[in-house]
Amino acid sequence: MANSIQLLIGTRKGAWIYRSDGDRRAWAVEGPMHLGQIVSHFVLDPRDGATMLMAVKTGHLGPTILRSTDGGGRWSEARRPPAFPKSSDPATARAVDHTFWLEPGHAGEPGVWWAGASPPGLFVSEDGGVSWDSVAGFNEHPMYAKWCPPDSGTPDGPLLNQVAIDPREAAHMYVATSTGGVFESRDRAASWAPLNKGVEANFLPDPYPEYGQDAHFIAIHPTNPDRLYQQNHCGIYRLDRPSDTWERIGAAMPAEIGDIGFTVVPHPRDADTAWVFPMDGTTVWPRTSPGGRPAAYVTRDAGRSWERQDRGFPSEQGWFTVKRQAFCADGGAPLGLYLGTTGGELWMSDDEGAGWRSIGAHLPEIYSVVAAPPP
Amino acid sequence: MTAVFIPSQLQSYCGGATRVEAAGATIDQVLRDLDRRFPGVRFRVVDEQDRIRRHMRVFVGKEAAVDVGMAVREGDEVLLFGALSGG
Repeated sequence: MANSIQLLIGTRKGAWIYRSDGDRRAWAVEGPMHLGQIVSHFVLDPRDGATMLMAVKTGHLGPTILRSTDGGGRWSEARRPPAFPKSSDPATARAVDHTFWLEPGHAGEPGVWWAGASPPGLFVSEDGGVSWDSVAGFNEHPMYAKWCPPDSGTPDGPLLNQVAIDPREAAHMYVATSTGGVFESRDRAASWAPLNKGVEANFLPDPYPEYGQDAHFIAIHPTNPDRLYQQNHCGIYRLDRPSDTWERIGAAMPAEIGDIGFTVVPHPRDADTAWVFPMDGTTVWPRTSPGGRPAAYVTRDAGRSWERQDRGFPSEQGWFTVKRQAFCADGGAPLGLYLGTTGGELWMSDDEGAGWRSIGAHLPEIYSVVAAPPP
Repeated sequence: MTAVFIPSQLQSYCGGATRVEAAGATIDQVLRDLDRRFPGVRFRVVDEQDRIRRHMRVFVGKEAAVDVGMAVREGDEVLLFGALSGG
């Protein structure tokens, strides 16, 4: 059973869990859970292997966090969900529309969780997701209005779409936003600075501003935390600290494919290997597989070159869109890769992307796919 | 006490009840009393700035509320509805 895993699937209409056998060939499906809830993210706490959090809202109801400590059997609601402080000025009063990202805290801080929200907001829980506090260091930062201007960002609203924590140091954090790009803190979210040198924002008058980029996804490499990958609205980048200048490794992608996408997945054991799933960012931005031919692209040399991986995917008329949280890897050997599409299809590879097969279809629009150890 | 109509979207908070009772002289007070008995229900109707959420509707009798400060009198009925919210 060395390679058995569970996939936590968040969709626009509820959540499902896919559980594999030891060969990752047969899958048992559990769900739907919370049918009708818009599930932005569904995450297992790797520190205790038991606590699951789910970020939800509905078309009518406001946002909340659901919590299970028995592998998804029973669920309770956060006592105090992420919320901005009460404002005395109605013109600037912010309210969380939805929590978008859930991040288990540093391994040395059990029970700590971080959350990113729309409009851009950073929140922390110190009690396993039961109660949440607004993080003033970001949400009340003097530059907040410039880093996170209102009425900008994605069709679902402007986002603080990701939190990433240096595995060596709990106080060293990054956040990604759709409005200002990447920001870094070295004092556990008390203060922040932009980290966007070299990253293009071709939708602004200054295409290389200090902030204003749209950082779709960042990944700290787990075995080399000085290496970060970023899939940006304007390309694929790599950053090797202590440098603060990103290198556009997407420049090596085939010109007819481009380097636009939502997400990047690093190999958990090889810092030079990472996968992307390109989408069409030309003309009116269809955000679908270029040419209707879905493919992952892998680099095995830190972005100097890329290899197309499309075996098993439709060879034509395949118009996939894979969102930020919907592409991931497990820890198996060989590595398993998983992606969910906005068309409700679930695909996997059990040979590091060489071949792909469908393991699920007919789900609602998939927002997140998270691979986790079995219960 | 005020009778409160619970829409389908919120009945899971109230043990499946479609109608419950709550105390208060304003919508805000009624919802806070409701939340004491059914934790979490208020935040799904009203945001952290005390604004009624965009796709929720609150009525006192047949009168639509624009904010939670609206008065509720003895014998009034408070009705909560999920409004149109897309597909």
